[in-house]
Amino acid sequence: MKLELRGLAPGTRLGVLAGLGRSGTRAMEVPGCLLYTHCGSVPHLTHDTLDALGRLPAVTQLPLATVAEHQEVLEAFREGAAKLAGLHDTVLFCSLQDPAAPCPAGYNTSKSVSLWSAAGRIELTVPKYVAMQAAVRPDWYQSLADGDAQPAGSSLKRVRRSVERTLTHLDECVLLHQKTAELVGAELFGVVEGADVREERVRSARETAKRPVGGFVLDGFQSGVMDQALRAQLIAAVTAELPRDKPRLVLGVGRPDQVLSCVEGGVDLFEGFFPFVATERGCALCFRFAMEPDPESAVQEQNGVTEDGGSSRTEDPEHQDLQQMTRFEMNLNDRRYRDDLRPLVVGCGCYCCRNHSRAYLHHLLVTKELLAGVLLMLHNVSHYSSFFSSVREALATDRLETLKSVVLGV
Amino acid sequence: MAASTVGEAEMNSASRGAIAGAPLVLRILAECPVSKARACDMTLPHCTVNTPVFMPVGTQGTMKGVTAEQLENLGCQICLGNTYHLGMRPGPELIEKAKGLHGFMNWRRSLLTDSGGFQMVSLVELSQVTEEGVKFRSPYDNKEILLSPEQSIAIQNSLGSDIMMQLDDVVSSTVTGPRVEEAMRRSIRWLDRCIAANRNPESQNLFAIIQGGLNSELRHICLEEMTKRDVPGFAIGGLSGGEEKDDFWKMVTLSTDHLPREKPRYLMGVGYAVDLVVCVALGCDMFDCVFPTRTARFGSALVPWGSLQLKHKQYAKDFQPIDPECTCPTCRRHSRAYLHALLKCDTAALHHITIHNISYQLSLMQSVRQSIIDGCFPQFVRAFMDRMFPSREQYPRWAVDALASVGITLN
Repeated sequence: MKLELRGLAPGTRLGVLAGLGRSGTRAMEVPGCLLYTHCGSVPHLTHDTLDALGRLPAVTQLPLATVAEHQEVLEAFREGAAKLAGLHDTVLFCSLQDPAAPCPAGYNTSKSVSLWSAAGRIELTVPKYVAMQAAVRPDWYQSLADGDAQPAGSSLKRVRRSVERTLTHLDECVLLHQKTAELVGAELFGVVEGADVREERVRSARETAKRPVGGFVLDGFQSGVMDQALRAQLIAAVTAELPRDKPRLVLGVGRPDQVLSCVEGGVDLFEGFFPFVATERGCALCFRFAMEPDPESAVQEQNGVTEDGGSSRTEDPEHQDLQQMTRFEMNLNDRRYRDDLRPLVVGCGCYCCRNHSRAYLHHLLVTKELLAGVLLMLHNVSHYSSFFSSVREALATDRLETLKSVVLGV
Repeated sequence: MAASTVGEAEMNSASRGAIAGAPLVLRILAECPVSKARACDMTLPHCTVNTPVFMPVGTQGTMKGVTAEQLENLGCQICLGNTYHLGMRPGPELIEKAKGLHGFMNWRRSLLTDSGGFQMVSLVELSQVTEEGVKFRSPYDNKEILLSPEQSIAIQNSLGSDIMMQLDDVVSSTVTGPRVEEAMRRSIRWLDRCIAANRNPESQNLFAIIQGGLNSELRHICLEEMTKRDVPGFAIGGLSGGEEKDDFWKMVTLSTDHLPREKPRYLMGVGYAVDLVVCVALGCDMFDCVFPTRTARFGSALVPWGSLQLKHKQYAKDFQPIDPECTCPTCRRHSRAYLHALLKCDTAALHHITIHNISYQLSLMQSVRQSIIDGCFPQFVRAFMDRMFPSREQYPRWAVDALASVGITLN
């Protein structure tokens, strides 16, 4: 794996992660988001519908939480989770928790981390964790981490312990990784913890960077955990300590405004769960990201995406985006779409917008039909990955400020 | 071995199969020399449908989690929408505004809509039948609604389906006594009202529904009366409602004996593989049933030897596809073990099984059709039964009898 960055303004990063996967032939542009899956399957979608999306992210994310209960099956299969899931041509990143599911704190010990799967809580020691990863056979995986220390209410002592434990887990992961035949060629990502304590963040980053890791996972910046200004400061402090040539992936950040802030702070990779959480509440992503007043965005304005998005009216506490609609979405459950025969986003080229109307989506939601989730997911994944293309374009042409004002609608 | 195919002249001249004034052309390609089975091309306003055909049911204007494009790629040429459900939500005005049900759900091929009448049986506690029509209390806003023959056709005209069904007075097939005759006679009167109410006879076909319960005499009367009307096709109704299979197949074969050869015959509510094969032998062309898609949502996958309950633990480490011989998108990519695991965490598992089951039904009917065209339908039936049941002793008695009645012997 090699990160090739283009020479840009200091702080910002734009480039290509090349030589990915066990074969070393895949590449991914950064900043970018991963393809979010449950058990190796993009929620609601089958492969034919997924193919309709066209260009997919080169890296697929598999939260271990969604596959942990099938360890025995994977061990019997012996060829890894990607192949079991029918993913033939992808780079698999196995993370720990499911970013779209609740992950209660307070269950980690000095020796173990709790994983929240559909079947309940699973206590993972490092050997158990590495054995699971051996069954999954990812191309990348994160080391086991104690991400329990939440900014609100965690004592300095607890934060230090979390950093300490995570480094110990990493050292143990590195040792076991080297001894595990199934993980030969896989990249281990070290996890940076430290909650909202700047010194601990810096220490965690420095110490992790000393270990033989392929990249970095920034934990504890989840939307629900801290506000944007603090996140931006801490991320800048952390990335300053990390080597330039290794990718940085932030966990649990999905809102477009927060993504942009992280990009400014030097983050390369994002989890792709945001389109899914919007889908689950019956919402379609409709925020604007076209920087030119081109014909497409002109129609977008005409069709009142911003007005319909409900942004100005909705209270938008930015820490509630897992539970509540954000200003970047339109809620298709709303009766106002009952007879609205326009596509979700006028000018959008996704399968859903090319073929179906808001009224049809409203009908599918009202009648609780499964196709609602399929079509919303298709649109949302497509919209979100186009947003990331736009982010890269803005970086390439030095127009990130312009993009920010378009996305934020100011 | 060639089947007694229709004369060249008729094959080449589509107009010979046209039904006066109706937008339907039926070309009989082949008839089984032994049984009553036949293979036809039925040309409808939106596309030509190859029969015998199984029509998947998309109740609310959607085929569950399957997109219109996926359904088309599976080779589906015609599917169903339910007038009762669509009439309630989103309502005929909106669907008409969206260019009919075709436009609303973005389905380019043919559509058949029922009349809403079946809901009289399934939602009977909400309804009351009079000569005027069926009174429902809407479960959504509790308003009283009258579904008259005129109203049913008006809604179906708004939906714009290729085939509309007459409103019939449906009684459960297990009901006996004077109510059965009353329902049959009323269905004939309602057929005339439906024919008169059809605003689009040049673009929408209206099918009659033969009633008469399990009483041959009543079925006879109904057949005689309804075949006097110049409708483009006939359905056999009032069956598949929990009656004995022995009664069921006798009513089917009696009906096909009296239906005109040149018009399509639609057996309503039939979808189990064995029933399909037997009723093709009895001369039916079209079938519909929610079973294949509904059972998929319970994790049950249809295979030539029955079904697999993919939630069962025995499939957890079974790395074969559902059916190693199946070429559907699901079987080409996924194993039983993966579907078993996915069933626990994502609805996509249901879509995979739904796709497989629709594909199973469609390819079963495609094989049936090909065997009729090739003149070897009886052999096909024997091979089908042999694969479906572990031994001849397990062949259902009714199926053996029904097949024997049309000259196909199994043992």
